[in-house]
Amino acid sequence: MTEHVQVAETVTPLEDAINRLEARFAGAVRRDDREGYSGVIVDPGKLVEVATFVRDTLGFSYLSSATAVDYLGKSEGDHLEMVYHTYNLQGGPALVLKTQTPRGEATLPSLVGVWPGANFQEREAWDLMGIRFAGHPNLKRILMWEGFHGHPLRKDWREAYYEQDTKPFDSRWPEGHVSRAEEHNPYGKNVTYPAGFTLDDYESQAEKALYEDVPMGVHVTDMATDRVVVSMGPQHPSTHGVFRMVVALDGETIVALEPVMGYLHRNHEKIGERNTFLHNMPFTDRLDYFCSMSNNLGYAVAVEKLLALGKRWDPPTYRAEAIRVLMVELTRILNHLVAIGFLLNDLGAYFTPLMYAIIERELILDFFEAVSGSRMMCNYMRFGGVAYDLPERIQSTAALVNDRVRDFDTMHYLRALINDRLPRAIDQTNDLLTTNEIITNRCIGVGVLTREDAIAYSAAGPVLRASGVPYDVRRAEPYSIYPDLEFDVAVRYHGDIYDRYLIRLDEMRQSIRILKQVLPILEETRGQPFFAGRGGQYNPRIPAGEAYGRAENPKGELGYYVVSDGGQNPWRYHVRSPSFINLTALEQMCKGHKVADVVGILGSIDIVLGEVDR
Amino acid sequence: MYGSGIVRGLGVTLKHFVNTYLEDIRWGFRRHVPDEAFPLRQGLETRGIFTVEYPDEKIATPERFRFIPFLVVDNYDHPERPGHDWCTSCGICAKACPPQCIWIVRGTNPETGRPVPEPAEFYIDIDICMNCGFCAEFCPFDAIKMDHDYELASYDRTSAHIFNKQRLSKEFRYWQSIAPTRAAEEAQARGGWEHKDVLKQREKEARAQAKASESGS
Amino acid sequence: MTNSNENFLKELHHPDVPVPEGMQSAVAVTSFGKLIDSIYNWGRRNSIWPMAFGLACCAIEMIATASSRFDQARFGMEVLRASPRQADLMIVSGTVTKKMVVPIVRLYNQMAEPKYVLAMGACAIGGGPFKEGYNVVSGIDKYIPVDVYVPGCPPTPQALLHGLIMMQKKIDGQSFGNRNSMPWYGRGPSEEVPVPVLGPDIVDPRQAYLLRREAAAAISAAEAETASGEADSGV
Repeated sequence: MTEHVQVAETVTPLEDAINRLEARFAGAVRRDDREGYSGVIVDPGKLVEVATFVRDTLGFSYLSSATAVDYLGKSEGDHLEMVYHTYNLQGGPALVLKTQTPRGEATLPSLVGVWPGANFQEREAWDLMGIRFAGHPNLKRILMWEGFHGHPLRKDWREAYYEQDTKPFDSRWPEGHVSRAEEHNPYGKNVTYPAGFTLDDYESQAEKALYEDVPMGVHVTDMATDRVVVSMGPQHPSTHGVFRMVVALDGETIVALEPVMGYLHRNHEKIGERNTFLHNMPFTDRLDYFCSMSNNLGYAVAVEKLLALGKRWDPPTYRAEAIRVLMVELTRILNHLVAIGFLLNDLGAYFTPLMYAIIERELILDFFEAVSGSRMMCNYMRFGGVAYDLPERIQSTAALVNDRVRDFDTMHYLRALINDRLPRAIDQTNDLLTTNEIITNRCIGVGVLTREDAIAYSAAGPVLRASGVPYDVRRAEPYSIYPDLEFDVAVRYHGDIYDRYLIRLDEMRQSIRILKQVLPILEETRGQPFFAGRGGQYNPRIPAGEAYGRAENPKGELGYYVVSDGGQNPWRYHVRSPSFINLTALEQMCKGHKVADVVGILGSIDIVLGEVDR
Repeated sequence: MYGSGIVRGLGVTLKHFVNTYLEDIRWGFRRHVPDEAFPLRQGLETRGIFTVEYPDEKIATPERFRFIPFLVVDNYDHPERPGHDWCTSCGICAKACPPQCIWIVRGTNPETGRPVPEPAEFYIDIDICMNCGFCAEFCPFDAIKMDHDYELASYDRTSAHIFNKQRLSKEFRYWQSIAPTRAAEEAQARGGWEHKDVLKQREKEARAQAKASESGS
Repeated sequence: MTNSNENFLKELHHPDVPVPEGMQSAVAVTSFGKLIDSIYNWGRRNSIWPMAFGLACCAIEMIATASSRFDQARFGMEVLRASPRQADLMIVSGTVTKKMVVPIVRLYNQMAEPKYVLAMGACAIGGGPFKEGYNVVSGIDKYIPVDVYVPGCPPTPQALLHGLIMMQKKIDGQSFGNRNSMPWYGRGPSEEVPVPVLGPDIVDPRQAYLLRREAAAAISAAEAETASGEADSGV
């Protein structure tokens, strides 16, 4: 009897799945036995077959992330590795598929046929790592422009302002004579050209490649109209930043749409691989700049998974986790309020609802500023805790002339905020907008994403849940203290703009519910340590291995894939950003609708460009 | 019913509008409301207008607020070492800085050529600084702190935006004024208001003196 | 004492004697030209229409500045225009990437004069924390002229307002008398900033001569290398 129980415990569903995979594809699938790694390595020839089997038979139907790693100069031999994280929508850990290809002629089969959600991610891998995907429908650069030289994320590719492979740079101390990077570049700019390049008879490919093959999909017959291709953005009042869409129109109906991005591609990953692990924390703030606290948490979760591989590791204290949840849930409310405001901005209400949202945002930001020191770029979480404890009072000091001093008791402020102010703001938003005729007319039935499509396109967060999939990382693969907290995963079933709007209201209410449970925990744990182990370390030792940490961000599932080789810097640092991958489904949602609806549909996905382009 | 949404929306706006005037009446139409009303208008009870009239009134920054870093030096009227750097040029801030915007030249003794614990030069490129606060967080000597002065706009960046040691240095008194609680906490951790090294030196001297007096007696 | 005072007043009324430096702030109009300047600048200064043009993180602080708490409208800047034709001020709020600098230069060229540029945040000024990145322009002023720089990452809304007040002061200092400060009243159309080209890396057409020189240098260096290589192998 006891033996039976033990057996049941040792074979987890994941183990079982890997065993079945090995049995089915003997020879083509082997376990990844590198230290600190997990998952299986698949023979490239069998990749599509294995992926189909994993999706249909094993039930890992959700592709969370697909990314490439360059193992240049590592003991296994120089190769590029493509890593796929697949999940079961019932919850549980990932089944990781990996496949390897030599660096010289890097070619792999495309998985777009199995998971359409891999589309943009494979294009990104081509753009930045130079892996060709055989069978990809539209293998073009996605973040850089067509014609750019080289594949920047390869380890041997160096940029114009390259100084050293890893930080900290030696030139800063002890002989740190200041200089600007411009002074070391012949052009005084952040540029390098292939030897012998001149402008004399050069023709740029960047725009040409874009327009030449805009597909002309759906055929509209009820009116004789011309097909036109329209470029929306990157400067457009409704594109939430520098996002661009190339839209093929038949009259006013959209027949094809191609998102063009990279206008805010800030090389987060390249810089992240040069940074030390801790250096990356403030950079994550700038990914989704509405939700810096949640970005911090996702990264902390990922690196803490890596730390847990080592021998000595203190998990974060209970108070630290409670503070983290407090911050993250406040961020969720803040983001959803502002997202609704922007959605209304897109639907033509201009700034009015946003103004009301921003008042509440300012009140939350006041709290963030007092606790972490900055309104937006909080840089608050550390590996093993948080940077500072909550202050006793939210107090401001006057150093400049005419400063007006505020002074509130922190817990009192939080109680008033959570119990009174924010619920009222949510109710006001609800009263103001939910039954408004303009909104119901423009939102209901527009931009529908079906349940099957949402899963296939790897949609995440409110977009996925509004399509009837109750998948929330906080429940599916719990982190922090979410298992102890009571809340429901909000879900809606129509998958249109209106449901994506309503689900944000639902989620805010659930966040309030969580926050109300966190408040007594904060009271109880007052004075307890907010950081586990030794604080004050700027270069913690991170054991070698890989980790994929994910967190349920307001915009969807934010994942960090971090590979450590045991040194000070991450070997690979990849961000699975929800906004980027949610955009894969944009064309699917927009086809057949009028051009004016695109703006609303885009607003309902709630993207933020810092995260789309990284 | 068509139109109800618009009416309701206008109602919300009207409510805010009326609340604004109610508050104005309450504070007697004074252009800038008195200090005691400020936390109310800028706090959770705010119902009506929410505006801070920036150049005339400013929201004070919280203690932990971080903008560009500055270097703490001893007060200029310090009896022993006026204007002396607290920085020992250990280089931890330069290593912890994510965008690597700190440049330090370690000070050397001109006679012996050996390093001395003070920076010869210290630069911060504020065009690169990301205000993350790591330098202040990891400084073991409480020598670099995040400033609260955000009014740094300029017409020219080439000359004004690399801060040198002189531009960065601010008195310890200033740090006490912008962050009284934290300055006190740090002083407690150090064991006194002075720099760590001075305190250590004093302790040593006191011990030596005690020993001398002991042996003398 | 009284004597010198009288002399001073006499001097003050004399049209040829310039107003002493310390007194200038107390005297509003010292000449007809100044009168025109002050009226003209007063109008322009208090109706700067910024372009609704957000790039990155700083754009959110810009929106916060435009919203009710900080309220740009108090400075006559409430009308955020989406079209460059209707805007006076371009607030470059956020990281400028190489891909984005092309549209930015185009937008700048489309703005009607007089036009101003405010670089908001470390990234727009000099590349900021992302300066080292391969797709980041290390300062928008390498492509278009910038009037005011607002450092910070991100600058708080109050810091941005301070920058905008600096902008107003700058406009106040412009004068018909000084053609350099108002170049748009010169003869002929103003020169456009050449739009950069997206080549193997971003190319500024103004640097074409540099490119040619570098290319020639690279070729001759390569030739020298092969020549020396041959010489080595010959030995």
